[in-house]
Amino acid sequence: MIKSELVEKLANDNPQLFARDIEKIVNTVFDEIAAALAEGNRVELRGFGAFSVKHRAARLGRNPRTGEAVAIDEKWTPFFKAGKEMRERLNRKPPQTDNQDSDNVVDVKF
Amino acid sequence: MADKTVTRADLTEAVYRAVGLSRSESAIFVETILEEITQRLEQGETVKLSSFGTFSVRDKKERIGRNPKTGVEVPITPRRVLSFRPSHVLKDQINRQMLKKAEGQ
Repeated sequence: MIKSELVEKLANDNPQLFARDIEKIVNTVFDEIAAALAEGNRVELRGFGAFSVKHRAARLGRNPRTGEAVAIDEKWTPFFKAGKEMRERLNRKPPQTDNQDSDNVVDVKF
Repeated sequence: MADKTVTRADLTEAVYRAVGLSRSESAIFVETILEEITQRLEQGETVKLSSFGTFSVRDKKERIGRNPKTGVEVPITPRRVLSFRPSHVLKDQINRQMLKKAEGQ
């Protein structure tokens, strides 16, 4: 799914609103998360996950082809950790069908 | 560095300010967006949010782990994990602002 498909889905479910307003809502949510991270803040969405910013110190790297040492500036990287409910939902077993059981039970007497 | 934790309430407030919805309607939208994304991921779909990043589900095979305290080997069951790959736009925005902040101190 891409963002425009998310907007389309929400627009279909909310015919009372203009699609451009839905688009604004979706953009606002992710712009707000991005803005918070750019401030160095953490974004915690219980059940979904948490976004944070990790600092990577400046270091001396190496060009793997030439072996030449290159200075790598310090940088900040966004990081996401899935929430507990998200992890559970991704690993939920598909509903079991009892076909196998009923196949084995051949001579049921009533 | 991090002085504030942003939550659903803050996202709701931002939506409330951006469009002419009530606070409770805004809260429902925030929840619906997260729920829709979660459902797609549950189905194993990848969710791409341009200029923000991509969420994708990866399958992990079973492997042998070790209880770090006791040293006992235990099988780690196969599982699905969620990965987030930030877009360049997001990474650049964070770096630009954090660097400015760091230099300002």
